[in-house]
Amino acid sequence: MKLVCAVIQPHRLDDVKSALEAAGVRGMTVSEASGYGRQRGHTEVYRGAEYTVDLVPKVRIEVLVGDEDAASVTSVIVGAAQSGKIGDGKVWTVPVDDVARVRTGEHGPDAL
Amino acid sequence: MDEFVLDTGNTAWIIVASSLVLLMTPGLAFFYGGMVRGKSVLNMMMMSFGAMALIGPIWLLYGYSGAFGSDVGGIIGNPFEFFGSNTITDADSLMAGSGVPALVAIAFQATFAIITVALISGSVADRMKFSAWLAFAAIWVTIVYVPMAHMVWGGGLLGGDGITSGLSTPIDFAGGTVVHINAGVAGLVMAILLGKRKGFGKEPMRPHNLPFVMLGAALLWFGWFGFNAGSEFAADGTAGRAWVNTTVATCMAILGWLATEKVRDGKATSLGAASGAVAGLVAITPAAASVDTYGAIAIGTIAGILCAMAVSLKYKFGYDDSLDVVGVHLVGGLTGTVLIGFFANVSDTTNGTWYADGSVNGLFYGGGVTQLLTQIIVALAAVVFSGVVTFIIGSALKATMGIRVTDEVEASGDMAMHGETAYESLGVGRMEVKA
Repeated sequence: MKLVCAVIQPHRLDDVKSALEAAGVRGMTVSEASGYGRQRGHTEVYRGAEYTVDLVPKVRIEVLVGDEDAASVTSVIVGAAQSGKIGDGKVWTVPVDDVARVRTGEHGPDAL
Repeated sequence: MDEFVLDTGNTAWIIVASSLVLLMTPGLAFFYGGMVRGKSVLNMMMMSFGAMALIGPIWLLYGYSGAFGSDVGGIIGNPFEFFGSNTITDADSLMAGSGVPALVAIAFQATFAIITVALISGSVADRMKFSAWLAFAAIWVTIVYVPMAHMVWGGGLLGGDGITSGLSTPIDFAGGTVVHINAGVAGLVMAILLGKRKGFGKEPMRPHNLPFVMLGAALLWFGWFGFNAGSEFAADGTAGRAWVNTTVATCMAILGWLATEKVRDGKATSLGAASGAVAGLVAITPAAASVDTYGAIAIGTIAGILCAMAVSLKYKFGYDDSLDVVGVHLVGGLTGTVLIGFFANVSDTTNGTWYADGSVNGLFYGGGVTQLLTQIIVALAAVVFSGVVTFIIGSALKATMGIRVTDEVEASGDMAMHGETAYESLGVGRMEVKA
């Protein structure tokens, strides 16, 4: 099993979610995040004082998938989140030892 | 005093106007509260609520009497004359000529004292001990606000028979000197005595809730109708003149501030709109009923542009006037007070304008420089009086009880100062009933 993690532009969340649903993904966890990569921060001006804000708002998506689906889910996210501009984000996968479904107590791939 | 004849219409309006002005202080709490970081929003708002709680009783006990009682040396009224506000008769009322009873006049003036003190809190954000703030508020209203109100409105040195009696009568319709220059100078002095917030000029100190700032500005604007139109002490055409001038100047100041930002920073901001509104309200306050529509448009526009530029002075001079009490209230108050000398139109009363006996037209309305000189003199006198006495109060408090919180408390904010936090993400823990 794998955990696919993606940090994307917040306004791309709807597109990514729809694309994942269309690809058969039945659940995900979404959280608000902040950070920066090559995009760096941006500036805001309050009463003439310019502030450089290093951390930019992002959305983090986590999807648990079977080993065989990790590559396709990654490409679905990349396809839906891509605008070609700096700041589009990153997608990565990490191995998962075990998963349990809280309602039934099932373990492993059955719990996905 | 003449015999008192009750005017129910005027009285009804002044009761409503008093309530409107009282609403400005919680409005100010939102205006200021949204502008600070989320860690200290409650302390910011508590300084306004603390001012309300303290100044109300002070005003009823001796504040009104000190401002509007019998003159003592041109500086202050006799604070014991109407002590307790129980024995004052309606014929002694500040508003007797309008048929408004004494207690209603006291109520109206109380709300002015409260908001003036609360305005200063914007300069001391994040770092003043709450106990020191309350002590400062009580002492400041007693020996700065009360004498200033007396000198300008109670027949003292800054009124018609005062230091400018050789020139003309100063015009301060609703509080350009008493409220805004006064609070602005006091804010500057306290910001310097307290020192800068940790990280000032280095860390971003972003307003944590701009919708609060907009809400606060809207409440201030609404309440300001009581402030300016109520200062006529009557429900009549002059109150109408004050109302329309207040609105048109505020509209123009928003446009002036936003245009300045657009040119300088590239974007017109919501904080700029809210700040411009307050700058316009401040500047038109002394002039509200003494200029015509064109004068109000000019004063609002100039104030919006000047105040938008003045808010960056603190970075140049290195004082941390956190929420720009100087840039908005001192500069706006000076702007309005001095521009009266150009735009006063007191000879043509057909358009509802008001004049103090002995005041003359401004420079642009054929009156020469007489009124301009008068206005500059009273503005400078207000700056000096407020600056000197506030410095004495602040220095005394600093030397005795201390005015600044420790670095740890400053970093923590509301949690350390009031034992509360404004916002929580997870309510995990236990509770214990103590009361």
